[in-house]
Amino acid sequence: MKFDLAGQGIRHLNRYLHEPESQGAEVEVDNPSGSHNIAVGALHNCQVLVNGHVGYYCAAMNQHAEITVRGNAGPGLAENMMSGTVRIMGNASQYCGATAHGGLLIIEGNASSRCGISLKGLDIVVAGSIGHMSAFMAQTGRLVVCGDAAESMGDSIYEARIYVRGKVASLGTDCIEKPMGDEHIQELRKLLERAGLDYAAGAFKRYGSARRLYNFDVDNASLY
Amino acid sequence: MSNEVDQSWLLESATFSRPIIREIQRAAREGIYDIRGFGAKRKLPTFDDLLLLGASMSRYPLEGYREKCDTRVTLGTRFAENPLVIETPITIAGMSFGALSAQAKEGLARGATEVGTSTTTGDGGMTPEEREHSRLLVYQYLPSRYGMNPDDLRKADAIEIVVGQGAKPGGGGMLLGQKISDRVAEMRDLPKGIDQRSACRHPDWTGPDDLEIKVQELREITDWKVPVYIKVGATRTFFDVQLAVKAGADVVVVDGMQGGTAATQDVFIEHVGIPTLPAVRIAVDALKDLGMHRKVQLIVSGGIRSGADVAKALALGADAVSIGTAALIAMGDNSPEFEKRYNELGTSAGFYDDYQDGQDPTGISTQNPELGKRLDPDIAGRRVANYLRVMTLELQTLARAAGKTNVRNLEREDLIALTVESSAMARVPLAGTDWIPGFEHKL
Repeated sequence: MKFDLAGQGIRHLNRYLHEPESQGAEVEVDNPSGSHNIAVGALHNCQVLVNGHVGYYCAAMNQHAEITVRGNAGPGLAENMMSGTVRIMGNASQYCGATAHGGLLIIEGNASSRCGISLKGLDIVVAGSIGHMSAFMAQTGRLVVCGDAAESMGDSIYEARIYVRGKVASLGTDCIEKPMGDEHIQELRKLLERAGLDYAAGAFKRYGSARRLYNFDVDNASLY
Repeated sequence: MSNEVDQSWLLESATFSRPIIREIQRAAREGIYDIRGFGAKRKLPTFDDLLLLGASMSRYPLEGYREKCDTRVTLGTRFAENPLVIETPITIAGMSFGALSAQAKEGLARGATEVGTSTTTGDGGMTPEEREHSRLLVYQYLPSRYGMNPDDLRKADAIEIVVGQGAKPGGGGMLLGQKISDRVAEMRDLPKGIDQRSACRHPDWTGPDDLEIKVQELREITDWKVPVYIKVGATRTFFDVQLAVKAGADVVVVDGMQGGTAATQDVFIEHVGIPTLPAVRIAVDALKDLGMHRKVQLIVSGGIRSGADVAKALALGADAVSIGTAALIAMGDNSPEFEKRYNELGTSAGFYDDYQDGQDPTGISTQNPELGKRLDPDIAGRRVANYLRVMTLELQTLARAAGKTNVRNLEREDLIALTVESSAMARVPLAGTDWIPGFEHKL
């Protein structure tokens, strides 16, 4: 199934991805030209290949579909994604994977600021580096960064786990480095393997919550 | 008695009154600001400061019980394939499962459905009970996105993007750990017993241009079937309403500072925002300025209590209103029936505002299963329905007296103001004059 967004716009594509007939389909999307809301709310197990750059909210709220973008992605990529796989062959703009609940998001390039903000269960693997305030208030899920992390990573993080191979410019409030146990090495290996990346899991450090801010305490007010 | 003080000689400071002294000393003792529920308690200009002009010689009334006065309103006519048709212009505002018990949410749903109006989810997502008992359910899309999922989004009859609320415009929320039961924790993807912060702004857009794309995203995901509302707390209302229209809203919801909350800092509740009275007039002016009045529907909320409040809001140009606190009161909140239990909590019926601590003796603002059992959803629903019916009858009574066959035919010309302040805010003449302060107006 082919869609040419230059002539059709996004509505035909999105409606098709909501219909049962898209189950098992191979969908190719041409001329995305940075359009917003491409392949949003996909409901079925199908493969979607987007040939070019996409704008805001591509693959948002995805369920089951495997979506690949041969280009860069604008803000809010795969926001509130529930399941399936989204792969960006270029870079991703700010708030990729925001509030997402499940599935796997792979960024082959870099991800901008607030990557994985309010994460609720999605796994994100970034082959490059991530911008500032990434994993802000991340609740559950995992964020793997093969490059470096910018300032205030993991600020006010809850139970999400972050693995970083390179340098971390600074940690956000209540985010600390934690020991890498065997179970963490194992889960990281699996994530890297699923993303198709060949890095040694042992070269990563793990970060997570110090859990000092879980219940309001006036003595912690200066931390904010 | 010799040591009895003659009270008539005591002069209390207006600046440092006894409640102020008590609060300063509480703050000094506890080292934390006061967090509470309910809404603003300070005296504010309200719809009570306006009066309706009944018909006489220059207008003639409709027969009070016999002639038809339509209350039906259609919401979301701008873009949605399936606008909402409500039988009374009074809807139930968004309140979360978490802040409220499942029984309370079900009671609100049952009451709204019985009279043909809509109810609204809240932070934390949609519960199956609420969906089952709501004929028309508006799904709130909030900054925290707790419990947010596309399956529930598609089950909704409308989507309300919450930018802010009247009790705390610019602020987020905090559901304290004592209200985080297993079920609430599971719905929100967080451990049990920890404070759950609801962010003050959305994680994936920052301004009105982004919001326009966000609205399109939600429409695409729901195939343009259901209306998209945008809710703002009343502050810079003229600009906010115009930006909401520009972003593509079908319906704009403006929540004045009397709007309630489950848990916010007292300083926020009492000192941020503008009252509902000026907010509704400003919102209508903003819509008219764009030529979008009645094309984009306006819902106002914040301290609505009676059919008179509804009639005045509609006369100022609103299409419908929402109630929150009043609906909780209808279910039994602050009822003298629970006076003894309120006393045990150090308060009294009529004053209870500690919705945040989960010990509500009425079973409304709690997650304690034993307390929750005190609220029968069937009875609660019946009370909400009765209350909505009374408000609707009051509204019709007033509209008929003004000669209107449809409640939305009430207009600003049907109002006069009792105070200089309300005249200036509502832009209706001060009673007995043709004067509107700050506005050139000729009768």
